[in-house]
Amino acid sequence: MTDLTRLSAASLAAKIASKEVSAVEVTTAHLDRIAAVDPRVHAFLHVDREGALDAARKVDAGEITGPLAGVPIAVKDVVTTKGVPTTAASKILEGWKPPYDATIVERLKKAGMPILGKTNMDEFAMGSSTEYSAYGATNNPWDLGRIPGGSGGGSAAALAAYEAPLAIGTDTGGSIRQPGAVTGTVGAKPTYGGTSRYGLIAFSSSLDTPGPCGRTVEDTALLHSVMAGYDPRDSTSINQPVPDVIKAAQLGKNGDLSGVKLGVVKEFAGDGSEPGVLSAFKDSLEALVKLGAEIVEVSCPNFQYALPAYYLIAPSEASSNLARFDGVRYGLREGDNGSHSLEEVMSLTREGGFGPEVKRRIIIGTYALSSGYYDAYYGQAQKVRTLITRDFQSAFEQVDVLVSPTTPFVAFPFGSRTSDPYQMYLADLFTIPTNLYGGPAISVPCGLSEGLPVGFQIMAPTMADDRMYRVAAALESAVGSFTPPEL
Amino acid sequence: MTYEEILTKYEPVVGLETHVELGTRTKMFCGCKTDFGAEPNTQTCPVCLALPGALPVMNRAAIAATIQIGLALNCDIAEWCRMARKNYFYPDMPKNFQTSQYDEPLCVEGYVDVVVDGKEYRIGIERVHIEEDTGKTLHVGGATGRIHGATESLVDYNRAGIPLVEIVTKPVPGLGSLAPEIAKAYVAELRDIVRALGVSDVRMEQGSMRCDVNTSLNLPGEEWGTRTETKNVNSLRSVERAVRSEIIRQAAILDDGGKIFQETRHFQETTGDTRSGRSKETATDYRYFPEPDLVPIAPAPEWVAELKAALPEKPSVKRARLREDWGISEVDMQSVANAGAVELIEETIAAGSSAAGARKWWMGELARRANELDVDLAAVGATPAQVAALQKLVDAGKLNDKLARQVLEGVVAGEGDPAEVMASRGLEVVNDTGALTKAVDEAIAANPEIAAKIRDGKVAAAGALVGAVMKTTRGQADAKAVRDLLLERLGVS
Repeated sequence: MTDLTRLSAASLAAKIASKEVSAVEVTTAHLDRIAAVDPRVHAFLHVDREGALDAARKVDAGEITGPLAGVPIAVKDVVTTKGVPTTAASKILEGWKPPYDATIVERLKKAGMPILGKTNMDEFAMGSSTEYSAYGATNNPWDLGRIPGGSGGGSAAALAAYEAPLAIGTDTGGSIRQPGAVTGTVGAKPTYGGTSRYGLIAFSSSLDTPGPCGRTVEDTALLHSVMAGYDPRDSTSINQPVPDVIKAAQLGKNGDLSGVKLGVVKEFAGDGSEPGVLSAFKDSLEALVKLGAEIVEVSCPNFQYALPAYYLIAPSEASSNLARFDGVRYGLREGDNGSHSLEEVMSLTREGGFGPEVKRRIIIGTYALSSGYYDAYYGQAQKVRTLITRDFQSAFEQVDVLVSPTTPFVAFPFGSRTSDPYQMYLADLFTIPTNLYGGPAISVPCGLSEGLPVGFQIMAPTMADDRMYRVAAALESAVGSFTPPEL
Repeated sequence: MTYEEILTKYEPVVGLETHVELGTRTKMFCGCKTDFGAEPNTQTCPVCLALPGALPVMNRAAIAATIQIGLALNCDIAEWCRMARKNYFYPDMPKNFQTSQYDEPLCVEGYVDVVVDGKEYRIGIERVHIEEDTGKTLHVGGATGRIHGATESLVDYNRAGIPLVEIVTKPVPGLGSLAPEIAKAYVAELRDIVRALGVSDVRMEQGSMRCDVNTSLNLPGEEWGTRTETKNVNSLRSVERAVRSEIIRQAAILDDGGKIFQETRHFQETTGDTRSGRSKETATDYRYFPEPDLVPIAPAPEWVAELKAALPEKPSVKRARLREDWGISEVDMQSVANAGAVELIEETIAAGSSAAGARKWWMGELARRANELDVDLAAVGATPAQVAALQKLVDAGKLNDKLARQVLEGVVAGEGDPAEVMASRGLEVVNDTGALTKAVDEAIAANPEIAAKIRDGKVAAAGALVGAVMKTTRGQADAKAVRDLLLERLGVS
């Protein structure tokens, strides 16, 4: 019998629809796989076996049909799931069971997708390695001694370890794409406002974007279509039709990119990238040229300021967004033993509940917003953001999409970048500009460097998510997919 | 120094920040109800409890109401503005930031004209902005209901997220000794304006309108002094008292060569003075920044024009109209307005009273009573319907003036409607001629000498006998009827 966990979401959906296999069988296969390998991978913080099987039974009973009905999915632990623990990988939310579903979770449920469980991440999505999870890091299925990327390392590792055919991620500065790149999986950050943030525990409100993760471009597009679309509960949601990403992925699969102009960002060339990453990127460009694409070098002079601007805007918003975790209404409460004042209880709760990277960013953000510093830091960073947006806009007057390596380096060994925060922040050097601009971008596997996966990033104009899927599918068909060693 | 002496030496500068809780059906950023007095925490949801992941969505009705208030205060309406986060930790504020407005308020640069002692004063409005209310903390287990000694603190989030409009005046100099009265007149005018818009019930005693009063003193020709901000000013009378007591307190310090500290003070209803709150030495840095979870507010000019066209009659215009209808002088009308009695009298007339009667009760007996009780007229304990019923009883001859006052006293004391008080206290004009004739005859018999004088034509002496009859009937007779009957019995008429 075929190993159901090795199949794509698209073929699983077809088999379930044709009753060749049941949704319960598919879900059970994945739950069993999780039981078998997750003790070594640690992609999941919580597995909801009963909830997933209940959902699968509904599909088998014919109650729900649809393009992904019965296909199980893993959800990043920063997205609320009604009655199922949601911690954002933080001690401060340990044991918290949300009384409501995020909009995207509602949509998964409506589409008949059993939710296998909640995946590990850097605490509050702050990090690039999952080493900042309060519950221990996730191990990269390609090499268990290396990081799976972050913050969404759990979702990406779950895909690479065949624990789930699809996963939900969130991308604030690269948290979907960089884990995708270092695990050899696909991860898309939709246009900001294209997917609802309602129920996504906020890190940086103006940057956070939920998105789909899969092992193939087509699977990722299918999930994108299920989860995206206007939500009146999110004021920043865009009230426009979702771009037809499925059609675009199918179009790209044919391998014809005639007339498509790819812009290579001059400022990213050789900028701290490992040689293996650069050579995989160059080989991919050549493959795309063979498919008919035209390569144009474009200049985005303000991209060099993206990292510092991001590390002012994101922590500033985070310092405010995370203020609500005070022990008064939910989650951890420390020091409430009659000997501490309310202020002290709040302070002890936050002291004990937040990890080092979260505290670092709260302090940076608090400082950047302080009176007397606001103009120099937060205000200045917002101006840079405008300039970066203009860089994108003028680039897209010349080319259809921009391309770059997803991240400058392949999966690194645990502990190699935690001592210097800046070395960690560099992982998002190429992904951050897109978040500041608000456009969509996708990472697709494009080769190996020293046996580890390299990701290729495609960035598109806002609400032109379909463009990146077309190029990504074409590249995928040209370079093939990459399978990790057996666990 | 007396108050008058202080004001010959110092010049006060007054500014007011007023919060008005809007009467929208739902909260500012979610669909929760806003009913007053509901069971604690029954009008809450993930948004107003700030559960992780919840997001705000703007209430259009609240924006409309804010724009209408701005227009009614002669403000310019911003074409584009944003909400901002005001960050500080407080247990009854679920997000630990208040979604408010900072440097981009929805309405700016307006004014309100008020008349005090026949003179008009223009109060500049700096800004009108929209924000959300906090929850309420209740400290239990202690003797005082305050945080000290309490064993538990309970928070009710029903109020959290109810839309609040903040109306900030410019600092107003040059008011002299009338500063307290003018401050009060401004708040009364503001209340009338907002009430006329129908966007809030503006009841200070329920907290749906709250005032902070800024006061400073300076010597003539010198720079404005350091101001204090007095909070907890919860009635029109308190506005006046708070300004006055702050002027007196600051003058005493300045005269002693002392310095005024910029601080928050709390008005004490019982003593009428202000007390130091938390010092602003550890001034909070609110770290304002534009609210990224909400899109900018850009009211379409057509919408603003629509809202403007729908504005009701201005209270000042309305007062001019009512003055005509009621046939009273401008000064009388102004005192009606400053007493906060315009609507009360209007509603009393609508409930069937004569204009003169309605005004007489509200501006006389009830105003005196409100003053004694130290409450706003609206909170004195009588409703317009009750006052109208009282006046109707007087018109029907069932009550005379003296009895009506006693009935009103019963109404204010909560004994029921006028008819009920009349019945329970046994207060009614004696119209039974049999009983009255008997009382008159007894008075004549008891005072033969006076009776004789009257028979001899000294009608003026009748007063003494009328008084005697009124005494035996405990005031329940109609004095004129008694007099007529007396003269008739003595054969004079």
